[in-house]
Amino acid sequence: MARPDVWEFRAVPRWIVALAVLGALFILLPLAGMAARVNWPDFVALVTSDSSRAALFLSLRTAAASTVLCLLLGVPLAIVLARGSFPGQRLLRALVLLPLVVPPVVGGLALLYTFGREGLIGRALDVAGVSIAFSTTAVVMAQTFVALPFLVLSLEGTLRTAGQRYEAVAATLGARPTVVLRRVTLPLVLPGLVSGAVLAFARSLGEFGATLTFAGSLEGVTRTLPLEIYLQREIDPDAAIALSLLLIAVAAVVVALTYRAPRRRHTRPKGRPATAGPPPREAATP
Amino acid sequence: MKPFARPVALAIALLLGGTVAGCGTNDAGSPAGSGGSPASTAGASATLSGTLTVFAAASLTGTFTQLATDFEAAHPGAKVSLSFDGSSTLATQIIAGAPADVFASADTKNMTKVVNANLIAGKPVTFATNRLEIAVPPANPANITSFADLARPGVKVVVCAAQVPCGAAARADEASAGVTVKPVSEELNVTSVLGKVIAGEADAGLVYVTDVHGAGGKVKGVPVNIPRATVNSYPIAGVSSSKRSPLAAAFIAFVTGAQGQAVLKDAGFGAP
Amino acid sequence: MTLAMSARLAQRNLDFSLTVGDGETVALMGPNGAGKSSVVSLLAGLLRPEAGRAELDGRVLYDAERGHWLPPHARGTGLLAQDPLLFPHLSVLENVAFGPSSTGAGRAAARRDGRRWLQAVDAADLADRRPAELSGGQAQRVAMARALATEPALLLLDEPMAALDIHSAPLLRRLLKRVLAGRQAVLVTHDVLDALTLADRIIVMEHGRIVEQGPPAAVLATPRSRFAAGLAGLNVMTGSLVAGGLLTDDGEHVAGRWAPGAAADERAGAGTAAFPPSAVSVFLAAPHGSPRNVFARTVTDVEPHGDQIRVRAGALAADISPAAAADLALAPGTDVVLVVKAAEVALYPA
Repeated sequence: MARPDVWEFRAVPRWIVALAVLGALFILLPLAGMAARVNWPDFVALVTSDSSRAALFLSLRTAAASTVLCLLLGVPLAIVLARGSFPGQRLLRALVLLPLVVPPVVGGLALLYTFGREGLIGRALDVAGVSIAFSTTAVVMAQTFVALPFLVLSLEGTLRTAGQRYEAVAATLGARPTVVLRRVTLPLVLPGLVSGAVLAFARSLGEFGATLTFAGSLEGVTRTLPLEIYLQREIDPDAAIALSLLLIAVAAVVVALTYRAPRRRHTRPKGRPATAGPPPREAATP
Repeated sequence: MKPFARPVALAIALLLGGTVAGCGTNDAGSPAGSGGSPASTAGASATLSGTLTVFAAASLTGTFTQLATDFEAAHPGAKVSLSFDGSSTLATQIIAGAPADVFASADTKNMTKVVNANLIAGKPVTFATNRLEIAVPPANPANITSFADLARPGVKVVVCAAQVPCGAAARADEASAGVTVKPVSEELNVTSVLGKVIAGEADAGLVYVTDVHGAGGKVKGVPVNIPRATVNSYPIAGVSSSKRSPLAAAFIAFVTGAQGQAVLKDAGFGAP
Repeated sequence: MTLAMSARLAQRNLDFSLTVGDGETVALMGPNGAGKSSVVSLLAGLLRPEAGRAELDGRVLYDAERGHWLPPHARGTGLLAQDPLLFPHLSVLENVAFGPSSTGAGRAAARRDGRRWLQAVDAADLADRRPAELSGGQAQRVAMARALATEPALLLLDEPMAALDIHSAPLLRRLLKRVLAGRQAVLVTHDVLDALTLADRIIVMEHGRIVEQGPPAAVLATPRSRFAAGLAGLNVMTGSLVAGGLLTDDGEHVAGRWAPGAAADERAGAGTAAFPPSAVSVFLAAPHGSPRNVFARTVTDVEPHGDQIRVRAGALAADISPAAAADLALAPGTDVVLVVKAAEVALYPA
């Protein structure tokens, strides 16, 4: 019997490969161009100055916090969008994804006029003695605003692909919805959850426009690495380039550590005895 | 494979070529472009045609838009294309080869950068000055009446970061007044400072007089009442690589002339 | 210990009621789209009815009129579908222990239960494997153990052997035979062998309704529905009943005997004539003689059938000896005459 899982033919035309190479170069060349301009003798000094360290540390802290916030808010959102069925669902999905297409500055303005001192909710918060603007909280909120759609999108897709059949079986085995979520749904979509969280973290790390508009810029409080880079560019391009490279390196390390490419198929069983009969079936009804 | 590769390569070449060609035509303008020599002869305005690209500091957005219109009216056939951004961004772009004909900077430091790169034709001319003012929300919630009030605890003050000109000026004013302001934010540009005050987020912000002017009634200005307040000079100059030097010279003359100075004065700029 | 259910679901054209007695296994059969799987889904709580009520051992599963609906996890029904659907991220043992541990048993107790049920389905040696490392038959046995581990009051089996290869099916059938003894179960199947060996009663569904039911042997011996006759391997012709026979919609007359149990007042209107392929003789030209049914047909297919040759001609089939087939030089396209003695034809009211 022909076994598709051992076939090695790939129907990729060579001109597609050529364009793919071009696409990869388009992204890699500017990085190389920047790396070529780095002032290597002073690199360490440049990226370890007080302001650089403060910005890097703040960026890592806020990006981590916003990733946690994205998980807390994004996982339920993705589940409701993937599993629920209610009027306005399509509209809600479109709105949730809005931060992907809106310029971050617009997002920052929206946050400002909502949570700012004169804002819709901010006014009440201000009365209660809570001031968000110009605080690290504001940075985390701005980052969460722009990063949330990445997590929701990634997870919702995985949830839809995973389907609901395992969940139905789990329910017939006596598992309550919360138990199904914890023991079946989340483990099954773990790859999507991880890649969504990584994307959200990376997006948070690079956030600039919304942070600038909503949170301001103060060393150690709201001036994240991208803001520091923008500022250093004004007076010290060498420092800006060095910090840019640092930002790219941090993002690359995080992505490489946690992000796995979508697998082609389920992993093939290892060491299955040859006598075990026909190959296991994929989870699909004929 | 090959039969496919060729059309794709061709399409890419066309795409890139088309874009380059597009830029080219924009630049070259009419055939009257470069020649140069007729400019000095009689009937100057007739030969002053083509598109002039002016790189101007963001704080000049309102005035230079006005001046460009006036200039085009005075010189039919001439077109002024404006690009506004922070002075250091513009300087960096010009040094990197951006096709500017005229550079108007908000400070001498960034003009000097371009001069040092041997990209300025002649000597820069100062055409305006600017100084800081305290912008407060119209209701003035923190009741700011003097520069010293900015140091009061609990007052949310927003300034520019020291790395940008408006921030450097703010630090200088603080130093000469002996006042220590603890800002809640050091913004990356003056527009962000103004934005925070307009939004009511900050009680006060240090911006330029012209910014308060340009914001209409959205903020109120409180003068920086200190001796030896910092004055920013705005230099303008032609770019040496320009192919339209006569037109550039005419525009610079227009800005520094009576008509240009009137427009700048109306916007709150000080005389050079 | 009984199940009584009724359900109406217009969207799936279902109007159905069913009772399952204590320890009884009911086989649901019928053509594709008849609504068999809908019934199972309704009972498992994976589908909501528009109207109807179901009660299992005195517990109300749903009552549409009162807006009462018990979620699947609270029903105590075990489901085994065509696809084993073992949780891919858990080991075999963890899969089987899933039910007990999800319903409050401690980890150790759940694993003990898991091992016991794996033992019961002869799969104890698979405990540490991943589902991806199992063959189809092994996976289905593990899924069986997983369903049984919750000690369900009603077992729902939705074509559990349909996806298995011919080597694994008999093993699972034997297991099911053991498991279903004394258990209350609803078994959806296409396989007449499953119904005969596993079920106490066959229910034949068509278009969301019951068309026939009874003990498997009786239903297959004297099928009343076209589907059941097909299951029994009979030729089936439909039309309207006339004196001593059936008039098909194509105008052919079929003479036959009334099936036992066909009441006198039912011997009119729509009806069915059924006869086994072995009762059909094949000729190249119409023979003369005793009162017989004669159908002119064109051969569509000739295939081996045990030690006989099955000749298919449109909807009819005849079983003849290989020698006779060779004599007649039968091939697709050959015009033949099919002959059936009236005594071999059973007539049913529809």
